[in-house]
Amino acid sequence: MQTRRETLKHSAVVAGLLASAGFPQFAHAAFNKAAFDAKTVQDATKAVGASSMAESKDVTITGPDIAENGAVVPLGASTSLPGVKQLLILVEKNPSTLVAMFYVSDAVEANFATRAKMGQSSDVYAVAIMNDGKALWAKKEVKVTLGGCGG
Amino acid sequence: MADPMRIRAQAAGDKATVRVLMSHEMESGQRKDAAGKTVPAWFIQEVTASLNGKPVLAAEWGPAVSKNPFLQFAVKGAKAGDKIAVTWKDNKGDTRTDEATVS
Repeated sequence: MQTRRETLKHSAVVAGLLASAGFPQFAHAAFNKAAFDAKTVQDATKAVGASSMAESKDVTITGPDIAENGAVVPLGASTSLPGVKQLLILVEKNPSTLVAMFYVSDAVEANFATRAKMGQSSDVYAVAIMNDGKALWAKKEVKVTLGGCGG
Repeated sequence: MADPMRIRAQAAGDKATVRVLMSHEMESGQRKDAAGKTVPAWFIQEVTASLNGKPVLAAEWGPAVSKNPFLQFAVKGAKAGDKIAVTWKDNKGDTRTDEATVS
């Protein structure tokens, strides 16, 4: 008899295997809803499949110190480390913390920039998920003078 | 249908920097309209890019990416004349692909 917990754990592992095995063809499983629904940085990284988290100087997050308009905050994530599987950009105090997730391949540099909405001043995180499942992060505080998530 | 993307790809050394500006509402699902009803989320979920037809990048986005999203990335080994294609798909199943030549 399998408990529910075991079943869940098992399916998570299978999903992780599928995602990593299918990567070169980008045949990754459908939209990772759990990760984008996660309310904390820890939950989001776990939902992506990372096992342990550690701060790292080799991961960088770029963004403004003060963002006048929270609807358009330029954020970037990059790392110089080899063996990166995914790069995540997260805003801690948004309703859902995960903003964007990039799959790193041999053909692209682990350096991405985009623009995010921020509801309020918050720490923003760049998380690099390594091939061995470790999550390395860096954070930066961004002050927002006008929120971008409300009406 | 959605408006075309603006893609600019510039080769520098052994890589090309690609900048993409997509045209999309990116509704967060947090906003309320004048009647107090929540505006349903409508955002780009998946973005993929390919170099000369070979996939190089995949990304998943949440609703927290800004309206008319901007994306910048660097493709290794891309030369002038190579073709970069970018595709997005939103949570309503709408999709769009645009192509640009590396200069």
